[in-house]
Amino acid sequence: MGSMIIDGKTVEFNGETNILQVIRKAGIDLPTFCYHSELSVYGACRMCIVEVDGRGINASCHTPPEEGMTIKTNTMELRKIRRNALELLLANHNRECTTCERNSTCKLQDLAQRFGVRDVRFGERDVKAPIDTSSPALVRDPNKCILCGDCVRMCKEVQGIGVLDFANRGSKMVVTPAFNKSIGDVDCVNCGQCAAVCPTGALVVKSHVDKAWEAIYDQKTTVVVQVAPAVRVAIGEEFGITGGRSTIGQIATALRQIGADKVFDTSFAADLTVLEESREFIERFSEKKNIPQFTSCCPAWVKFVEQYYPDYMDHLSSCRSPQQMFGSIVKRYYARETGIAREDMFVISVMPCTAKKFEAERDEFKIDNNPDVDLVLTTQELARMIKEAGIDFAELEPTSMDMPFGFATGAGIIFGVTGGVSEAVLRQAHEVISKKELTNVVFKEVRGQAGVRAVETQIDGITVRLAIVHGLANAGRLLEQMKAGEVSYDLVEVMACPGGCVGGAGQPISFSASEIRSERGKGLYREDQLQQLHKAQQNPMLNDFYQKWLQSPGSAEAHEALHTHYGSRRRIDGEAISVNEFDSAPIEIQVCVGTSCYLKGSVNLLKLLTKKIKDEGYEEQVKLRAAFCCQQCAGGPMVIIDDKVIGKVSGDRINEIVQLIKDKLRVSAS
Amino acid sequence: MTQAALSNEVSVLDWLSSVIEQHGTKPSSLIPILQEVQKQHRYLPEELLTYIATAMNLSPATVYGVATFYAQFSLAPKGKYIIKVCDGTACHVRKAMPVYEALRKRVRLVDGKSTTDNKRYTVETVSCLGACGLAPVVTINDRVYGQVTPDAICLIIDELEKEEGDQA
Repeated sequence: MGSMIIDGKTVEFNGETNILQVIRKAGIDLPTFCYHSELSVYGACRMCIVEVDGRGINASCHTPPEEGMTIKTNTMELRKIRRNALELLLANHNRECTTCERNSTCKLQDLAQRFGVRDVRFGERDVKAPIDTSSPALVRDPNKCILCGDCVRMCKEVQGIGVLDFANRGSKMVVTPAFNKSIGDVDCVNCGQCAAVCPTGALVVKSHVDKAWEAIYDQKTTVVVQVAPAVRVAIGEEFGITGGRSTIGQIATALRQIGADKVFDTSFAADLTVLEESREFIERFSEKKNIPQFTSCCPAWVKFVEQYYPDYMDHLSSCRSPQQMFGSIVKRYYARETGIAREDMFVISVMPCTAKKFEAERDEFKIDNNPDVDLVLTTQELARMIKEAGIDFAELEPTSMDMPFGFATGAGIIFGVTGGVSEAVLRQAHEVISKKELTNVVFKEVRGQAGVRAVETQIDGITVRLAIVHGLANAGRLLEQMKAGEVSYDLVEVMACPGGCVGGAGQPISFSASEIRSERGKGLYREDQLQQLHKAQQNPMLNDFYQKWLQSPGSAEAHEALHTHYGSRRRIDGEAISVNEFDSAPIEIQVCVGTSCYLKGSVNLLKLLTKKIKDEGYEEQVKLRAAFCCQQCAGGPMVIIDDKVIGKVSGDRINEIVQLIKDKLRVSAS
Repeated sequence: MTQAALSNEVSVLDWLSSVIEQHGTKPSSLIPILQEVQKQHRYLPEELLTYIATAMNLSPATVYGVATFYAQFSLAPKGKYIIKVCDGTACHVRKAMPVYEALRKRVRLVDGKSTTDNKRYTVETVSCLGACGLAPVVTINDRVYGQVTPDAICLIIDELEKEEGDQA
């Protein structure tokens, strides 16, 4: 508590950690590039400088407030420094604004405009760095990077991964994945939060707009569109509608006007997910098998588990995500019902999410190389198509979605906000377990914005322990605690993006992310309230669908169409380390020293094996290498002899390997 | 690919894991570990950096960031002789650049490369070695040569070549 004087006005402060927050509270929009309230303070961009009486010029983002401070935010000198800094950033920046993905949503552009920069006195960079388009979800253009480090801190602090970091120094400094590799070759989970915080066009969502138009223009193709829950409460922001207001009716109208043949709701598939996932949960819970169950709706989270927690892979729900369930039922059953060939049907998803682009490309979700979901557009991309088509979105007459997959209950709609999946599952599980009708469908305890929410709830006298998590760093910490036996749960819901899908990186760009996220979340809960039905099991269209095609949740047919399995995944591509110098030896043995195998003692195993081979006199017959991850982590430590993969190799199995070497040599000798 | 075994007894991996064990896996141990690898291999091989990241539970991008920040580390193999030509202000005005050019020509470095194909020499410039009174200054590994001229540097290289058996 205290007060300070900002530009002659007395301003109270209470709990703010830096004077930037106090100044903004006072209604002065001090500019920043590198400051985000959810990330650590970096203090590099120098845009937020202020003059503090008696201390000179300071960066307000890392100056804590003190009683009686006198601060000026706008003096001749400050203005000059800010403009100079801006001009220098602009000199280093590829300024082809008109063709930039972030044209009109770029902070650098915005500030250059605000500060009236009309001339950049410094020369341009003469060398252009290559653009990285290797990722299915993101595009990185180093020529537009202003080195604010927002992406670096977002990936490290909020998502707990650290795909990007600063490399080199001085004028050669860049933000890059390890070893200057492409994003597609490292452990990026495609959540896109780096692009969501990037102030410029250095990291952007990969656009698939042109491919969508192509499919729409193709007369032979039936374009089926699904719209995810979180899109309806955000797309309006692009057209001057307050975030949080649902515009699902306008979206349906706009999509039809653009040329979509059918417009359906992903929330229908979310209802379907609820039935499948709660059945799976009840079964596992009663058998105490693979508990806790992890939700698997979020493809970034799934990839995170595949890469970092292979031992917990069995805990992931086998349910496909709503997007993939939708793709599967449309191409399997709807195609059959309407008599349209699978190849002539083009499924487009409109998602708040960039990782969905990656998910749709996964081999698990293809039949004869034809994907269940052909194309994923983000909320931003759909907005662009609507603008391109010249549609006045805000003035559109709302229409309803097509049937049968256009009907959803409130349960499917709240999937888009953190806690929503858990709440939807609880609404179903309660009725199944207690066999009584659930009258109060609101589970307040699972809602909220805390990064980890541990909840105990009673179902018919049985205690069920839930954890609701958003942000992968939080999820990583929770898993470490689980590993250490400090906590235990029955059901764990994880969404990678802060706030859940409403905070996805495909949503309209916003410079006040946390406020807008919470508005969108509230919007989804409001939508739930407005529905007549709130429980997935009440969905009449869904029940008809089950009767017609799937019999019951968890049936063999449902498993085939709606479930999947996941596999371990390498974090980074790279060469193996040679352990001995016999590169042309007839037999090659690789011991995995990737993280999972490393933790299971593979380095020691390699040591024992090297010694044993030497002792037995086969040293010159064997080329020994330490490899990084053969993507079978759960079975580690892994040893690969030529093409043969052997799992769970412990010290006492070394004789077995030596025997294999002997056998191989005998075969090649004879 | 990394060079093979360091000796008949210890593989590169055993050596590296003992180095990591010795320094510990706290983040502040990263630089000393990288220094040992640099000393041993004369550069930081990518696969060893990946291994270090794994063993220290750091992101490979962070390890790469540290490795590229400091001039003492190199990600490309360096030569047996690391020749630093000082181009600080004092050396520059006393004609360090002609020395540098003559040196590059003598060891046949072309196309902006800094290490010779036979991995014998690495030629770099540095900004001030702190011996301005001797300008222009050149160091070869730990030896300092003062008041070097283009002719002098060629003579020094001739000597080294003789020692190496004149195979270059």
